[in-house]
Amino acid sequence: MNSQLLSLAIWVPILGALPVFWIGSERRTLVRWLSLAVAVAGFLVTIPLYTGFDAAQGGMQFVEQAPWITRFNTQYFLGVDGISMPFILLNSLITVLVVLAGWEVIEEKQAQYMGAFLVMSGLMNGIFSALDGILFYVFFEASLIPMYIIIGAWGGPNRVYAAFKFFLYTLLGSLLMLVALIWLFLESGGSFNILDWHQLPIGIKPQILIFIAFLVSFAVKVPMWPVHTWLPDAHVEAPTGGSVVLAAIALKLGAYGFVRFSLPIVPDASHQLAPLIIALSLIAVIYIGFVALVQTDMKKLIAYSSISHMGFVTLGFFIFNQIGIEGALVQMISHGFVSAAMFLCVGVMYDRMHSRQIADYGGVVNTMPKFAALFVFFAMANSGLPATSGFVGEFMVILGAIKFNFWIGFAAATTLILGAAYTLWMVKRVVFGEVGNAHVAELKDIGHREFLVLGLLAVCVLAMGLYPFPFTEVMHASVDNLLKHVAVSKLQ
Amino acid sequence: MGMKTLYLLVPLAPLAGAILAGFFGKILGRTGSHVVTILGVAISFVLSVLIYQDVQAGHVFNGAVYTWMQSGGLKLQVGFLIDPLTVTMMLVVTFVSLMVHIYTIGYMADDPGYQRFFSYISLFTFSMLMLVMSNNFVQLFFGWEAVGLVSYLLIGFWYTRPTAIYANLKAFLVNRVGDFGFLLGIGLIAAYAGSLDYAEVFAKRNELATITEAVTGWPLITAVCICLFIGAMGKSAQFPLHVWLPDSMEGPTPISALIHAATMVTAGIFMVSRMSPLFELSDTALSFVIVIGAITTLFMALIAIVQTDIKRVVAYSTLSQLGYMTMALGASAYSVAIFHLMTHAFFKAVLFLGAGSVIIAMHHEQDMRKMGGLRKYLPITYATMLIGALANAGLPPFAGFFSKDSIIEAVHLAQVPGAGFAYVCALAAVFVGGLYSFRLIFFTFHGKERFREAAHDAHGHAAHHDAHDDHGHHAPVEPHESPKVVTVPLILLSIPAIASGWLIGTILYGNWFGGAITVAAVHKGMATMAHEFHGVLGMMAHGVTTLPFWLAISGAATAWYLYIVRPDLPAVIKQKSGVLATILEEKYGFDRFNDWFFAGGARLIGRGLWKGGDQILIDGVMVNGSAGAVGWVSGLVRLFQTGRIYQYAFSMIFGVFALLTLWFNRA
Repeated sequence: MNSQLLSLAIWVPILGALPVFWIGSERRTLVRWLSLAVAVAGFLVTIPLYTGFDAAQGGMQFVEQAPWITRFNTQYFLGVDGISMPFILLNSLITVLVVLAGWEVIEEKQAQYMGAFLVMSGLMNGIFSALDGILFYVFFEASLIPMYIIIGAWGGPNRVYAAFKFFLYTLLGSLLMLVALIWLFLESGGSFNILDWHQLPIGIKPQILIFIAFLVSFAVKVPMWPVHTWLPDAHVEAPTGGSVVLAAIALKLGAYGFVRFSLPIVPDASHQLAPLIIALSLIAVIYIGFVALVQTDMKKLIAYSSISHMGFVTLGFFIFNQIGIEGALVQMISHGFVSAAMFLCVGVMYDRMHSRQIADYGGVVNTMPKFAALFVFFAMANSGLPATSGFVGEFMVILGAIKFNFWIGFAAATTLILGAAYTLWMVKRVVFGEVGNAHVAELKDIGHREFLVLGLLAVCVLAMGLYPFPFTEVMHASVDNLLKHVAVSKLQ
Repeated sequence: MGMKTLYLLVPLAPLAGAILAGFFGKILGRTGSHVVTILGVAISFVLSVLIYQDVQAGHVFNGAVYTWMQSGGLKLQVGFLIDPLTVTMMLVVTFVSLMVHIYTIGYMADDPGYQRFFSYISLFTFSMLMLVMSNNFVQLFFGWEAVGLVSYLLIGFWYTRPTAIYANLKAFLVNRVGDFGFLLGIGLIAAYAGSLDYAEVFAKRNELATITEAVTGWPLITAVCICLFIGAMGKSAQFPLHVWLPDSMEGPTPISALIHAATMVTAGIFMVSRMSPLFELSDTALSFVIVIGAITTLFMALIAIVQTDIKRVVAYSTLSQLGYMTMALGASAYSVAIFHLMTHAFFKAVLFLGAGSVIIAMHHEQDMRKMGGLRKYLPITYATMLIGALANAGLPPFAGFFSKDSIIEAVHLAQVPGAGFAYVCALAAVFVGGLYSFRLIFFTFHGKERFREAAHDAHGHAAHHDAHDDHGHHAPVEPHESPKVVTVPLILLSIPAIASGWLIGTILYGNWFGGAITVAAVHKGMATMAHEFHGVLGMMAHGVTTLPFWLAISGAATAWYLYIVRPDLPAVIKQKSGVLATILEEKYGFDRFNDWFFAGGARLIGRGLWKGGDQILIDGVMVNGSAGAVGWVSGLVRLFQTGRIYQYAFSMIFGVFALLTLWFNRA
């Protein structure tokens, strides 16, 4: 197939950001509408990726391949399969919502703000479609920069600390990945082609070392316990849009790394070290669930909830059955919708009250009934209520886990109680009750633009909960492929 | 129109009503909202009757509507199973729901959340119908959680009341504990049967019965059934997961009748009956079921005796009745459990809606100590509630007699371990049931009119019913009968509360359920009972000669003596019984324990992990520690960067010397 769709998905937002920067923040209206146009165009070009996708085929589609740096044999090599394709659509959609969400509330340097998100959107699409190790690495690292700037420039009072923590953590992790990539380059006789690496026989010792190098890099991104503490800090300081992209897309990069690199390149090490990953995942589900319960800051609570939900993703990958892996992928997409919506909800309240403290609220439903209905809906999705997307992934992973080992399923299923406890307890204190104070009494309900953003996400959450079939359908062949691949030992 | 379209319309009609009233309530207005929702439920009811006739003619349907998802060899579909068990539930749900919808017009007349309320109860009806009509575990779980959601929304309907939003959170979380078990049961079935479709799973039941769970070493079928039953314990409020139901009375009374008495709380009973092919394979599970049911039956009935809030008496009575149904399940008398579910739905709806009518008349006063002598003012309410109480106490010829007596007999005949204990509990609870039912009647409707003196201090209690304060409290209270929209549903419901029991011959012994319920050949209870059954009149004639009848009568007589003849006695008894009364009033201390142990414990663990784990260990030692270590090392290294040439030269010579030494000694 000869197609430029993936290039478009990457470069439309990045090149579109240039005129946005150039226009400058003085001409706010033009900047906004142009950003929106670029974001929407960026989303539209990704739609053919879904409609033109051949679900029967497990290999890479929409492939583009051209030499890049011939001396190191690196290529501009793009392609997607059923695992990566949905994330490009998700990312491009979230970008549109982020632009809409920053419409009025970002008052300073709006052009730079919008531009940074557009650039980041293109880079993220690059990560999900790169099939060359160095190309992947460049996108992976480059995406740190706009996020670092977003937190550092538009963040809260403690933003510099949070931005540094975020940057150092993720950078340290990815340095080990670079070492692993170079080792694979040498071992494969000079190829950075990820698909070649999938076929490369590797001994068990190097496999374990490579696995650990990847693990450190990806675990920080997911984030997995115990390298998760940067996330709550980053979220608390990030502006709403930053939190949305961070939760909805950036966290998925680490999880995606596991399926694109760790599992197929070092399958034997993956099997051997699976108990470690499963243990860390369950710690994320349970330990972090308890921690989320006692948070007093709404953003921190949702950040911890994100970590807990991502525990299901890593758990699903390492129980090596189809329903587990597909459940993990579904959970990644669903979490993209739900966490984005939760952060947007907090953003809506923060824009009005300039506080994220649960204690500063109470009885919001009295003054913001429309908003309250949506918030309760997303909270229910966050608690994994059936008919919302939040249920599907968790349900699949729990089924997969019980099949794998009853006690693992048992531990994972505690999220039913913990997730509902921390989410709904927050809802009780924030949304319900008598009007908490004079500030709450003066709150204005959400306007059309806010309603549009949250409403769109609500439709996505509901659609995926009621009819997950089309989402899982595109994954089958690729996940099948992956599982077959992982089942074959690379040891001689 | 094919039958499948009709099946689809049954849940979708109330859903459409809910969507219209929910999203367009402002445009539709109050009348418009109740018209569309009532119309939706009425369509469902009429269709259910039609489908019932079709099923009677022998047409059982089992088919899919659409494929929800497919993964790893597991095909999950949304679909319907329409058999006699389903259609019985459909009739009960749609009929009671319709009555409650109509009743709500009167009960919620002054409430600003009128449209929202109608939207919720229609949404509930949709969810409940999806639950009972499902042909697979996923849709069952969807309905299961969806009714839980609506229950959450409705308990917290008056969201400014702190007690209401505490109660709804509690209800949701306690139910989630049950769902946790339920989901594990579903997971085990998926793992070992490779399907979540009822028919496919049941087809493999004999194979499943021989499997031992690989990791735990448990007999699979027992593990599955106990896990599923834990789900039922949450939803059907069985000990020790019963704690949420009494608090759910914070919701408006119509939903107490619909959700927390007639339908949702019986979902667990329905589910276990539906799973009878599986439960029949595990006597261990049945034994567990019967013991839990027995404990709930007796110990919840005892609490009802000391309650003074009219709704809470009915709530504890519901718990006890649910216990009876659970015992019937444990005794393999699934059809009897469903029969009691049905009669109970009618008479308990009467009791709740009657209590609601009293509450309206008393201007939202629920304390029975401030009532008394109301029968003059509320004749219709009185008559219908009396019917409800007679049925609840299990006296012939009222509906409750037939179903409750059959349960007691079934438990008596049961052979599973724990059945003896259950029989004793069942008998004792009959006496207690007579006592609390008639205590409620006498306390509320007979004796001295206590509401006049109480009117003055009623303000404090009712102050948070802000929606209803536009009448009453200031003028002297003069109770009056409720409007027609309230009394007509009461009357319509009290007819089956009297007469539905007479169907016993058809329902229990006339092969009503056909193949929907499986009973193992070794569980002979039902067969024996069928053999001994000689018609409705015969059963009544025999009934009055047996122990349960006289226990119920003596319970009622005790109530009469204590609350009519010697109204001074209860206070004396309470004082004399000391600790015992305190234990009952504290409801055995469950609420206190749960708040302290589970809620407090979870917060303590959370704080411990957060402060101790995240902040001190990870951020403190590891993150800032490594940053500190880097700083310390660089401080150390800085010592060597002195800028003095002779020091550098010396280190160089030393280095060269060391390297040469190593080089020459390498062999």
